[in-house]
Amino acid sequence: MKNFNYHLAKDSKEASKLSSSNSAFLAGGMTTIPSMKLGLASYKDLIDIKNIKKLSGIKVSGKSVTIGATTKHVEVANSKEVKKAIPSLANLAEGIGDPQVRNRGTIGGSVANNDPSADYPSACIALNATIHTNDRKIEASKFFKGMFETALKKGELIEAIEFQIPEKSSYQKHPNPASRYAVVGVYVAKHKKDINVAVTGAKPCVYNDKDLSKALSNSFSSSSIQNMELDSSDMNSDIHASAEYRASLVVTQAKKAVDAC
Amino acid sequence: MASLVGSRVERKEDKRFLTGKGRYTSDINLVNQTYAIFVRSPHARAQIKKLDISKAQKSSGVVSILTGSEIAEDKIGGLIAGWAIRSEDGTEMKCPANPPLAKDIVNFVGDPVAVVIAESLEEAKVAAEKVSVDYKVLKAVTSTADAMDGDTIHEGIDKNLCFDWLLGDRQKVKEAFEKADKVISIDIINNRLIPNAMEPRACLADYNSASEEITLYTTSQNPHLSRLIMSAFGNVSPEHKLRVVAPDVGGGFGSKINVYNEDIVCSWAAKKINRAIKWVAERSESFLTDIHGRDHVTHAELAVTNDGKFLGFKNETIANLGAYARVFGTVTPTYLFGPCATGVYEIPAAYSNVKAVFTNTAPVDAYRGAGRPEATYTIERLVEKASMELGIDKTELRMKNFPTAFPFKQTLVHTVDSGDYVAGMEKAKQMADYNGYEARRKDSESRGKLRGIGVSSYFEACGIAPSAAVMSLGCGVGLWESAEVRFNPTGQVTVYTGSHSHGQSHQTTFAQIAADELGVPIENIDIVHGDTDKGTFGMGTYGSRSLTVGGIAIVNACKKIVEKGKRVTAKMLEASPEDVEFKDGEFIVAKSNKKKTIGEIAFACYLPGVRDEMKSPLPEGEEPGLKETAFFDPSNFSFPAGTHIAEVEIDPETGEVKLEKYTACDDFGRIINPMIVEGQVHGGLAQGIGQALYENAEYDETGQLMTGSYMDYTMPRADNFPEFNIGYTCTHATTNPLGVKGCGEAGAIAAPPTVMNAVIDALGGQEITMPATAEKVWKACKNLKKSNSKAA
Repeated sequence: MKNFNYHLAKDSKEASKLSSSNSAFLAGGMTTIPSMKLGLASYKDLIDIKNIKKLSGIKVSGKSVTIGATTKHVEVANSKEVKKAIPSLANLAEGIGDPQVRNRGTIGGSVANNDPSADYPSACIALNATIHTNDRKIEASKFFKGMFETALKKGELIEAIEFQIPEKSSYQKHPNPASRYAVVGVYVAKHKKDINVAVTGAKPCVYNDKDLSKALSNSFSSSSIQNMELDSSDMNSDIHASAEYRASLVVTQAKKAVDAC
Repeated sequence: MASLVGSRVERKEDKRFLTGKGRYTSDINLVNQTYAIFVRSPHARAQIKKLDISKAQKSSGVVSILTGSEIAEDKIGGLIAGWAIRSEDGTEMKCPANPPLAKDIVNFVGDPVAVVIAESLEEAKVAAEKVSVDYKVLKAVTSTADAMDGDTIHEGIDKNLCFDWLLGDRQKVKEAFEKADKVISIDIINNRLIPNAMEPRACLADYNSASEEITLYTTSQNPHLSRLIMSAFGNVSPEHKLRVVAPDVGGGFGSKINVYNEDIVCSWAAKKINRAIKWVAERSESFLTDIHGRDHVTHAELAVTNDGKFLGFKNETIANLGAYARVFGTVTPTYLFGPCATGVYEIPAAYSNVKAVFTNTAPVDAYRGAGRPEATYTIERLVEKASMELGIDKTELRMKNFPTAFPFKQTLVHTVDSGDYVAGMEKAKQMADYNGYEARRKDSESRGKLRGIGVSSYFEACGIAPSAAVMSLGCGVGLWESAEVRFNPTGQVTVYTGSHSHGQSHQTTFAQIAADELGVPIENIDIVHGDTDKGTFGMGTYGSRSLTVGGIAIVNACKKIVEKGKRVTAKMLEASPEDVEFKDGEFIVAKSNKKKTIGEIAFACYLPGVRDEMKSPLPEGEEPGLKETAFFDPSNFSFPAGTHIAEVEIDPETGEVKLEKYTACDDFGRIINPMIVEGQVHGGLAQGIGQALYENAEYDETGQLMTGSYMDYTMPRADNFPEFNIGYTCTHATTNPLGVKGCGEAGAIAAPPTVMNAVIDALGGQEITMPATAEKVWKACKNLKKSNSKAA
């Protein structure tokens, strides 16, 4: 790893001020640090936001669960409030990476990174989340732009993520046996007005599968999507899974999720 | 005194390992040391047109930058193949030169071309990036199966063929096949693996310009052997001016047998710059440059009668050596593989033919099991297929062809001294509730799942040693082992062994053996290993040889101590040596109450004489002191064997394979410490099951390693395994005084075919290659569904 300047920001304003075109915010560092060690990324400045108190913590209201950006996966997984309001979200957090990652990795880091195989982006889409930054509020459907791409501007910092509490929901993933990232993860959420089937891992960016959600809107049962065959032409294909296999996994994981709702 | 051999003595080394007090190579730091970073080829095959270090030399903190030109000028030797193998036509194998730093041509991604030595690691890294190498990239050869059709990688080695080796009699096999009712044939791939020792390789080379001695601390399984190779072939230093220390080593699995480029380069460079040089591999370097394992493409056939007798066996294999042939590279796919490929069966005629090829991939060498997993996979997949095609129960078919008497003259090379394969099979069946399988299968079926059961019976030739045998097969050294047992005057014992522990628990098992032999409490016995300055010599640890060879050397040295003790006792107690018996640490004069403890005798040996109360005259001509050395060279290999049974459940919708049950019933002869043996079996199984279900080293067609990190290379984890059901049968080896056999590799040898036979059973006999990943299995499930609906 190449040398860099380390800054410990005391509030969002300072963090934002310190940022430049050659800097990165550091939350849990579970992606940033390995990328730097492998030489895939290098920054002049790392701005650590872990001491910004405002960015951490979980708040539950009648309609939503709001999770601070630096809240660790383990905290979401173990939160009684989250387990009660959106059990599938706690469940998702419990399945991220391994204990080491869950003890350091943060929700804000995961969402800002937008890894095509990460778990949290699917929760944002399925649970009609709003991404609160130091500047504005962004709807999840407009936040995830492409592979590792988000609507965040340079220096813009995620402060919290607000999830809408659904009537029913479940997240099911087929993990990569090596990394335990999602080869395919499907987050099904039934809200009063709509049904979302958010899919991660299958395409370059998380997406809401309209065909599946439409079929489930007609009848919310796994049998209604039993024999669906999805178009795999724009799905990811790599040494771990072909596009065809991923397309099949989207349906099987969606079925499992519906059955678990 | 109760015998310690056979009891679950807690590991003496655990206190050190579990409290962070282990001392690994990278824990060692020397005053004024420098840091090395190796500049490595990013290409699988390329000519080095120009190597420019001028910019890098100006970089901050750089002490020296050395390249292949300097190493060639200094006539430093390259890395070597330790075994000379002859082709079927009698010609010698062809191996390329393997300079420690490539000068003209690079042959795999990671092949080092220069070393940058700097005051700090950071400065070395920054400077290394400034070394500019102009490569002319050439077309790489990466596929094992097609290597003989590719461009010639090494000048003068046609078809990239190192050798085309035959063991057995083609004519006899042909005749046997003509008599067969049926021929079962199989095409299989033994997937390439990366050893992944927990501790990456490291070395620290120091030079003393006054004594002209180089000291190399390195992660080696065999420091004496490394010194011999570096001295005799590397021309690094005369043997007496080279000390090699392999302190605590965090796992080897064969990958740390070899002397590596970095060992030679750092030792040579330390002398050149007259300063210590430290190098520690990053995990990415381990993936790229540690030796890899397996990588065979095999076609095999078994000739059978309708009632299930085996008549003949053919094994045609292409084995990938990678870019260069290393220490055990050429013997692994030949003598460690070919003879064992006929398995635990009486097969009248057999041959193994192996074509070993060079490719532009990391060198392939011995990895836990080395050749025997590939052999067992070949025969056990074939036998399982025969059972399906003949409609004979898989366990019955195996038992029908087991040898009926021991010694068992195995078809190709080995004479197996002892064993009882039927007893092993029957016990395994009972442990696994084999007869209750159908009910479990139906239960899986009722939940929409596919269940399969797989069996494999194995034997292996390990305790790799008999010098006369291995040298006749082409080994460059004899593979005996040495031990030295030293008493202090006050009665504690230090045992110096040429074996090396990198996870094998020698500190405990060897102490148990010595404690029993000498009647000294185990806490008064220390085991010393891993330093060429301590102990006589040693061939090191690999091929499950520590106990069966090194352990016996300790026994023999202890026996010499006891013999001397008897002579000294006789003199002190005025008896005849023949009348002195030794038991539980006491020398007793027969038919009397006169005795001396071994502690008293040790003391006497260091104070030979008479003064006042102290009366310890030594017999005339007896040397003072109490220290004995033994070299042990066994008459044969050791032959552990057993039967393993696995059950898997498959989710046909996703193809996920869940290993539900795993039973291992092994015969390791006498067991010294059952707890440590269990640990060895568990570790071996984890690696064997890993090969079957998870692990795979994959190169793309340009020779880039696609699985170069834990993001892509699937190391199995604890939650991938069921609780292992482990049991033993025991027939003592007749070739050593303890009756012991090797146990370290058995799991890795038996598990791949056991698990794959279960997977393939669940898939209705459809062949799939290892690892049985979810996607491969999912595809097979789809085929199964299609063929079932057609049948309906």
